[in-house]
Amino acid sequence: MTKVIVFIDHKRGVIKKATAESLSVGKNIAGQIPLVAVMFGAGAKDAVFCLSKYGVDREIVFDNKHLKNPVSLNAVKPLIAIIKQEKPDIILFPHTAAVKELLAAVSANLGISPIVDCVAIENTDGKLTCHRPVYAGKVVVSLTSNQKPTIVSIRPNIFPVIERSAKTKIEEFAFQLNATDILTTIREISGDDKKRPDLMEAKIIIAGGRGVGCAENFVVLEQLADVLGAAVGASRSVVDAEWQPQCIQIGQTGKTVAPELYIACGISGAIQHLAGIYSSKTIVAINSDPDAPIFKIADYGIIGDVKEVVPALIQELKKAKQSS
Amino acid sequence: MNIFICVKVVPDSETIIKIAPDGKTIDETNIRLAINPYDEYALEAGVQLKEKVGGEVTVISVGDENVAGVIKKCLPVGADKAIHLIAPNSRMVEPLSIARLLADEIRSHPFDIIFCGKTTIDAQNGLVGELLGSLLNIPVVSAASQFSVEGDRAVVSRDVDGTKEIVDCALPCLVTAEKGLAKPRYPSLKEIMLAKKKQIDSEPVIPGEPNLCVLGLEYPPNRPPGKIIGEGAGAAPELVRLLTEEAKVL
Ligand SMILES: Cc1cc2nc3c(=O)[nH]c(=O)nc-3n(C[C@H](O)[C@H](O)[C@H](O)COP(=O)(O)OP(=O)(O)OC[C@H]3O[C@@H](n4cnc5c(N)ncnc54)[C@H](O)[C@@H]3O)c2cc1C
Ligand SMILES: Nc1ncnc2c1ncn2[C@@H]1O[C@H](COP(=O)(O)O)[C@@H](O)[C@H]1O
Repeated sequence: MTKVIVFIDHKRGVIKKATAESLSVGKNIAGQIPLVAVMFGAGAKDAVFCLSKYGVDREIVFDNKHLKNPVSLNAVKPLIAIIKQEKPDIILFPHTAAVKELLAAVSANLGISPIVDCVAIENTDGKLTCHRPVYAGKVVVSLTSNQKPTIVSIRPNIFPVIERSAKTKIEEFAFQLNATDILTTIREISGDDKKRPDLMEAKIIIAGGRGVGCAENFVVLEQLADVLGAAVGASRSVVDAEWQPQCIQIGQTGKTVAPELYIACGISGAIQHLAGIYSSKTIVAINSDPDAPIFKIADYGIIGDVKEVVPALIQELKKAKQSS
Repeated sequence: MNIFICVKVVPDSETIIKIAPDGKTIDETNIRLAINPYDEYALEAGVQLKEKVGGEVTVISVGDENVAGVIKKCLPVGADKAIHLIAPNSRMVEPLSIARLLADEIRSHPFDIIFCGKTTIDAQNGLVGELLGSLLNIPVVSAASQFSVEGDRAVVSRDVDGTKEIVDCALPCLVTAEKGLAKPRYPSLKEIMLAKKKQIDSEPVIPGEPNLCVLGLEYPPNRPPGKIIGEGAGAAPELVRLLTEEAKVL
């Protein structure tokens, strides 16, 4: 008998892929016990259709004119009130940057030690054993919590999304949130209209390293990304050289990604870079140096110049698309 | 302004990590220690803020006795003093316990802003800063790539899951540093000499009873060994075929 609450990360009512993954994990743990989703802000009420697809039995919604960023730190009071009312055994969050401050604030206030960024979870009668990478993924630690509720977050792109059907019942939560409860305010948002998927959610990532040669040459990688509907990433050398912005750096001091396909172009495969891509399903490397360490872990390697191989790959993919 | 920087000393990013015979900790022999990289950005941001508005920078760290030498390296960079909360075997102690130790200490001082790193490269929780801010009841903004103070508010730019945000909040507050927040400097010889006079206050502390139980450590499953499928542009068709038919990722 395990009661699970999943906190929904979304943008204006559209739930993120990592949220769908969390719901799938939550439903597996909850089994026959109704799965509860908690969703804040504009669009929450219209998300029922989407939530029912992932087996949500009850959706608790809350909106308030002060709560402009509904997954931020500012939502801590209503979320704690809901937790106190619902008394769940487990609270699941997607491990996204957007909800991290809120997860921490809830944990600190309730005095609970969360287990974050899990890549595998075993459930024995509601007792969770959570596995999470540490030391840049060089080892994986398994942990259990002796606290109730247990707060857990899961790494995006690792757990499968499982569709089911449920009749989702909407419940509005009554809570008095005041202007003084707003701790951080957003002055400006941009980059919301990007045509490429976010790195953390992308199924395919095309990443470039110093071997790409210069900032301008990244255009070819972008073309490849567009053909595949992929995101573009970069090594640290590329970011430090200011060819690309910090927000697309992959590795130990960048993002940890887990796409189905990672294509490393002109990347040597330093240990700090590999730390960020180790959980990728398939890794392809294109590098002119046959001794580049990236070839040791690449499922498929091509020895060659990025400037020649990538355009050939684009041609080939376009051909394959046309003939299918 | 009273500026605190939370710094953790960690095995450096190249260190080979071996699981100890107990299966629950790592083998500490031959480990090279360094300041957590994100904490270097945090420190530099704090020092730059002090240079702009005046005040004092205090570095604070929870760690065992071995880390004192590494904490010292923060002083020539521009920290005025350091507080070392000595807790044996505390490297992988759960984040809430670390945050509580830091909160108890920082609370006893006047503070306007606290900088942490976005995450450590050993425990990788990315939580201690956020927990600490909440324990101190102050606003938290994580993963800052730019930072400034405007009047009595902190203004932070950051990237959140692919979206750029500019966020502000009242001081005092806690900010965690993304790479690139500030470029760490190399201290001059003169600064290194001067720093010898700066003080490190050490004090033993005891983390609370753990809520999490470590069952064990494991190496991740090995990836299958790499395979070269060809050379140059001519290998492209074979790659597309393998990705479609064998790996089934296209
Ligand atoms: C604390 C710390 C944290 C770090 N964090 C990160 C991190 O998060 N992410 C990260 O990426 N790195 C990180 N690094 C840096 C890392 O050690 C490497 O320096 C970096 O990954 C190298 O980037 P690169 O592979 O692009 O460049 P290089 O190592 O210079 O490799 C370039 C590669 O391109 C190949 N090449 C050259 N020309 C061509 C061509 N025309 N066609 C095809 N191939 C070509 C070369 O053979 C070479 O293998 C970190 C380092 C430290 C110390
Ligand atoms: N033992 C510690 N002593 C001081 N600061 C710490 C300690 N552990 C973590 N921190 C701070 O909290 C940040 C995030 O740590 P973590 O939650 O372990 O990823 C680090 O970058 C440091 O700024």
